[in-house]
Amino acid sequence: MMPISREEVEHIAELAKLALTEEEKTLYAEQLSAILEYFRQLQEVDTSGIPPTATVLPIRNVFRPDEPGEPMPREELLRNAPAQADGCFQVQPILEFD
Amino acid sequence: MAPWRWTIHETLEHLRRGEISAVEVTRAYLDRIEALDPLLHAYLTVTPEEALAQAREADARWAAWRRDPSTPLPLLNGIPLAIKDVICVRGVRCTCGSRILENFIPPYEATAVARLREAGAVFLGKTNTDEFAMGSSTENSAFGPTRNPWNPERVPGGSSGGSAAAVAADLCAGALGTDTGGSVRQPAALCGVVGLKPTYGRVSRYGLVAYGSSLDQIGPITKDVRDAALLLQIIAGPDPRDATSWPAPVPDYTQALIPDLRGMRIGVPPEYFIPGMQPEVERAVREAIEVLAELGAEVIEVSLPHTRYALPTYYMIAPAEASANLARYDGVKYGLRIQGETIWDTYRLTRGIGFGPEVKRRIMLGTYALSAGYYDAYYLKAQKVRTLIRQDFERAFERVDVIVCPTSPTTAFRLGERTADPLQMYLADIFTITANLAGICGISVPCGFDGEGLPIGLQILGPALGEEKILRVAYAYEQATPWHHQRPPMDAALQGRTGA
Repeated sequence: MMPISREEVEHIAELAKLALTEEEKTLYAEQLSAILEYFRQLQEVDTSGIPPTATVLPIRNVFRPDEPGEPMPREELLRNAPAQADGCFQVQPILEFD
Repeated sequence: MAPWRWTIHETLEHLRRGEISAVEVTRAYLDRIEALDPLLHAYLTVTPEEALAQAREADARWAAWRRDPSTPLPLLNGIPLAIKDVICVRGVRCTCGSRILENFIPPYEATAVARLREAGAVFLGKTNTDEFAMGSSTENSAFGPTRNPWNPERVPGGSSGGSAAAVAADLCAGALGTDTGGSVRQPAALCGVVGLKPTYGRVSRYGLVAYGSSLDQIGPITKDVRDAALLLQIIAGPDPRDATSWPAPVPDYTQALIPDLRGMRIGVPPEYFIPGMQPEVERAVREAIEVLAELGAEVIEVSLPHTRYALPTYYMIAPAEASANLARYDGVKYGLRIQGETIWDTYRLTRGIGFGPEVKRRIMLGTYALSAGYYDAYYLKAQKVRTLIRQDFERAFERVDVIVCPTSPTTAFRLGERTADPLQMYLADIFTITANLAGICGISVPCGFDGEGLPIGLQILGPALGEEKILRVAYAYEQATPWHHQRPPMDAALQGRTGA
């Protein structure tokens, strides 16, 4: 496995929506390379025919009853909003129009 | 009277006999927090008015019960507890140790907290934590580290270090922590208290801010084993709000507390006694195993051959789950918002500035492991090794009732000692991580001290839903040894402060 380059760090940061400083990019390139190098030992393990474990519980497809209930009051939901207007969460536009 | 010294069950006894009121107990803890927390920083938020109001309600229930003993009395009536600040208490700021949630006030309550509230508990406040529970030392809190009551130059362990330090320093009667890779057991070991990680699904995760969803579990941190059983009794059980809570009835855990281990088979895995571990830790744990044998247990060597792969497996799976769970912090619905020129800039800036270094490191690691081209090599591979680790335990538990080993390879390390080297820091959880990967239960109890007077923890692991077994072994060991009676030298610090 190759060490992680700065370009790869920038690409991962873009996927993760994280603004990183130049120092952070250098630091994470080094640290992620070291951590992934350590993870190489997993490749020694023969896992052919071994199913992956996603959950340890012996349950699947748990459904709740589909019953209408009282929603939380709007003011309470909006109380933590960084910005709000007209009883809605206020954000910048996702699409730009001319 | 020094009510802060009492365990939960002792406090209940004093309250029952009417020797003290819940308000007096609560006030004693609040005074002690005021005096000592500036030194330890175990709490992020203290809620004295709410706590005293809850204590007054508890006293009213005690009074009603005295007038008519047939009045139902909740199990924890008037007991002051602390809650790790990644678990939601309705109306009380929940920061997760992060700037991104600095001012977040949850409009709902975790099921575990709601059950404690219904049981009459009093909530003193929210305890310090590594940011989003990511860390092994509580140094990753955006609000500054917690210090170990046994030695303020040392870490309390992490990520429930605030809760463990608060219990050890008698700043609460008991606390809730969360354990994703050992974050209840490891700080309990480093602070000399009891920490129990229940079986995955035994306690509802509703209202626990998610980090690694397939691993996270809420657990009690207490002054003794009986208190751990008592708190688990209340918080355990299925919850319709958490589809991953285990649909099994809750046994009476206090029935498991018998000071005798005849008929119990105890497994000792050589893989948990590794080169490089602190010799005093190994010696204390070996001596503890001898005590268990004297109490009637049969000691059997069991092998857990995939143990050495647990750490890389965990640090692949947990960050992958974290990268998905933490996608919700985008500055739109709650928390910090750093406005950029476009919405995309706002997302990036909010997250880049709002998250601390360890959280960003794990998001990056998880995003990488899940990204196209690397998923099979990293994430899927880790999920398969996780199966092998589970199978190791399943095979071992066919031969033994519980497994005993150290909780942590070292006692509390110095603040700052490992912060520059994430891999070195990750090693602090090397003995606890397997239980989370396998979904089994585990408990840490004090088993001695090193040459510098720092506590050592004995870990007892049990099979899924095997809480009664680990509680029985922990209780028998505790009753046969003096360690849990020892307290950190806090009163000297207290006199130093008030006497100045």
